[in-house]
Amino acid sequence: MAIKDTKKSKLIYTLAAWSVSGMIFFPILWTIITSFKTESEAISASPSLFMFDWTLENYAEVLSRSPYFDHFMNSVVISLGASLLGLLIAIPAAWSMAFVQTKRTKNLLMWMLSTKMLPPVGVLIPIYLLFRDFGLLDTRIGLVIVMTLINLPIMVWMLYTYFREIPNEILEAARMDGAGIKQEIFQVLLPIALPGIASTLLLNVILAWNEAFWTLILTAANAAPLTAFIASYSSPEGLFYAKLSAASVMAVVPILILGWFSQKQLVRGLSFGAVK
Amino acid sequence: MGSITLKQVTKSFGDVNVIKPLDLEIRDGEFIVFVGPSGCGKSTLLRMIAGLEDTTSGTIEIDNQDATDMPPAQRGLAMVFQSYALYPHMSVRNNIAFPLKQAKVDPAIIEQKIEKAAKMLNLTAYLDRKPGQLSGGQRQRVAIGRAIVRQPSAFLFDEPLSNLDASLRVNMRLEISELHKSLDTTMIYVTHDQVEAMTMADRIAVFNGGIIEQVGTPLELYQKPVNQFVAGFIGSPKMNFIAVEPTSDDATCTLGIRPEHFKITEESGRWSGQVGVIEHLGSETFLHVNVDGAGTITVKADGDCKLAYGDKIHLTAPDEKIMHFDKDGVTIPSLSWGEGCTYSAA
Amino acid sequence: MATTQSRTLAKIMLFPSVSLLLAWMIVPLCMTLYFSVLDYNLLMPGDNEFIGFLNYEFFLTDPAFIESFFNTLLLVGGVLFITICGGIGLAVLLDQAIWGRNYVRIMVLAPFFVMPTVSALVWKNMFMNPVNGLFAHFAEFIGVTPIDFFAELPLLSIIIIVSWQWLPFAALILLTAIQSLDREQLEAADLDGAGPWSKFVYIVLPHLSRAVTAVILIETIFLLSIFAEILVTTSGGPGYSSTNITYLIYTQSLLQFDVGGGSAGGIVAVVIANIVAIFLMRLIGKNLEG
Repeated sequence: MAIKDTKKSKLIYTLAAWSVSGMIFFPILWTIITSFKTESEAISASPSLFMFDWTLENYAEVLSRSPYFDHFMNSVVISLGASLLGLLIAIPAAWSMAFVQTKRTKNLLMWMLSTKMLPPVGVLIPIYLLFRDFGLLDTRIGLVIVMTLINLPIMVWMLYTYFREIPNEILEAARMDGAGIKQEIFQVLLPIALPGIASTLLLNVILAWNEAFWTLILTAANAAPLTAFIASYSSPEGLFYAKLSAASVMAVVPILILGWFSQKQLVRGLSFGAVK
Repeated sequence: MGSITLKQVTKSFGDVNVIKPLDLEIRDGEFIVFVGPSGCGKSTLLRMIAGLEDTTSGTIEIDNQDATDMPPAQRGLAMVFQSYALYPHMSVRNNIAFPLKQAKVDPAIIEQKIEKAAKMLNLTAYLDRKPGQLSGGQRQRVAIGRAIVRQPSAFLFDEPLSNLDASLRVNMRLEISELHKSLDTTMIYVTHDQVEAMTMADRIAVFNGGIIEQVGTPLELYQKPVNQFVAGFIGSPKMNFIAVEPTSDDATCTLGIRPEHFKITEESGRWSGQVGVIEHLGSETFLHVNVDGAGTITVKADGDCKLAYGDKIHLTAPDEKIMHFDKDGVTIPSLSWGEGCTYSAA
Repeated sequence: MATTQSRTLAKIMLFPSVSLLLAWMIVPLCMTLYFSVLDYNLLMPGDNEFIGFLNYEFFLTDPAFIESFFNTLLLVGGVLFITICGGIGLAVLLDQAIWGRNYVRIMVLAPFFVMPTVSALVWKNMFMNPVNGLFAHFAEFIGVTPIDFFAELPLLSIIIIVSWQWLPFAALILLTAIQSLDREQLEAADLDGAGPWSKFVYIVLPHLSRAVTAVILIETIFLLSIFAEILVTTSGGPGYSSTNITYLIYTQSLLQFDVGGGSAGGIVAVVIANIVAIFLMRLIGKNLEG
């Protein structure tokens, strides 16, 4: 009797779970499907899920008739650049906080996290004016700088938690074995911490790719990443749902895939220790 | 080569004085054990000798050279950590080779040394495995191997056996002692287990609250402890302590008698009481006796002791085996060790 | 472990991040403060006089500010309510034994990884558009007049979009928290005769309280700065009905070029965020102890 009960409840829960998650996922699914429809099909009053003429014309048009690829590359360069630069600065900081703990370490970490809580509008005007005066508006390098700085606290925080999981004694053993600081970091620490570093990199690429404040405000035609470029689809110029869908799919699917692999990192990086 | 001298060494963490001014001479080639309860400072002192912790004041000399401010890599010492601290991403071979590579030793010579160490420690079959694929005992041997190839002036062991299970511990104790005999290098060994200390050491330093209570050979510490702490720490089961009233010509406040020194008599004895819990170990029996006026006394008896719970017995002990301690817990030599016996600590 | 040598090294290694973050925070913030007490408009070049707290006065008494303030409260409150309730429900559901659990997780988590401009546009055009959107088609199907979401219910529409985006975050955090619950507690409750609802109320919910607090605080910090969704759908309108404080300051600074006024607004936003941040910092501090 117990077995039938669990089978029955499993069925009920499975149905409930699939319905709810299906509803949540539906907008994305619909976008993917619409991207393969013709424009008239896309706005049809009796929309269909599978039964229509599938076409790739939207993708072709978006890629050929607009600078989509350039903006895609902007997103790639900015996200990757900011994350790698961030790693360069964050790894030494996390090393010292994880392995040379002082009374101030905890406060320092919390202060760093607090800089992430600053509302961007608080510094909107100065940053805009500074960027304008230094010729950084609408440049990739300008955005890389901003993306690095806004995510630096999270990178340091995540790397700190990963480094803390490495037993101090291993690094001490390296010191006793005659390793200088360079050897200690490059031959011992980094190889062991590589999964953690990769996870931090992954999460930050995702966060930078999706950032939608500074990327909208500090860029125009040249350096705009996908977040800004897609926003420019918002002024209505006739029917364009299918093309919007194609553009959206290309912008979103890479991150969906990366995101699937970074669930644990998401919890670690953005819950600030509330859950393990 | 391999002599270490500590002069007036202290260590404080902020306001907390972990190690009080301490002097100790470690002789070349000896196996000295630092023993004591948790938090007594023995591991801290070991780490200071290694260079992993700063000295707040005092000097550490290694082979007559002042090493107090030298970084660990330059002190010529090797350490085996409690958790072995092997490099998880490197094979056993590379773990052992690491210190030699740091010293830029010729690769051919590195190979030779690895082979030799592996043979000595029975690791030859495991050279290409990673630490994660080894058992506790094997990992420990790799840690020892990594230390051996450096041919240090002294080996430092930080509670190396505490992570092993009991039977393995006994084997490794023997292996380490044999290692000491064959390498003839100074070994400083930290443990909280007094059995390890007694069985392995040439000399033992008993630590308590940041000071060294006594330094001596195992037998000296067993037979002639300078105070109640050392007497109670060395020897298992613990020495029994009986409170007595001091008189005008006898300052004794506590008597100390080891379980193995009691004789059980049926008719009469200095103390009498009722047998409580009995522990049969087969080779010996430990009786916990409720003695009138003295609390619970642990008495060692033969393995085939026939006494039972509730039996009334009498106990005596030979005078020369009874320790006398004054009100500060210090041993009164004249009463404890016989006439003319004086013993000096350190 | 610490020796003086390693401590000096540590200070050197910390220097780049600390100085960069310090510069990133202090320099612009001081500039904002400075601008906020000036009469400075990019469209009206001239002496930028010191006008003390006039900017603040204008900003805080502006009916647009009052409306934006309440909109911000509604926006944050609405999203929090939906994501926390939904998050707890999803977390409990996903914790059960179900077939295809991994696929369910993928579907539930997906919205969080969609960039805000894409979600806003997809919802605006393909779902909420009163002529061609799916909701409109559905309304006609059942014989009801379609709702013009962004004209009639602008703030609610934005709440829906943002909740959709943040629900996965709450669900993931709360699911992780549920899975850290000691199973033995639940088994002991079973032996004591507790039913599923009792177990949920008396064991699961209290265990989740810390995670829920964290989710509330973290989401609030980010939700105060909702921007892209508003920019891309309603541009704050009609009127100011879907403007939050962030968007208001944006319009004043970069659309009306009122640097002085916008800066005052920015400082107000910083103060509001600080209040939330103090609570979040205390929570993080506690987490760092444990």
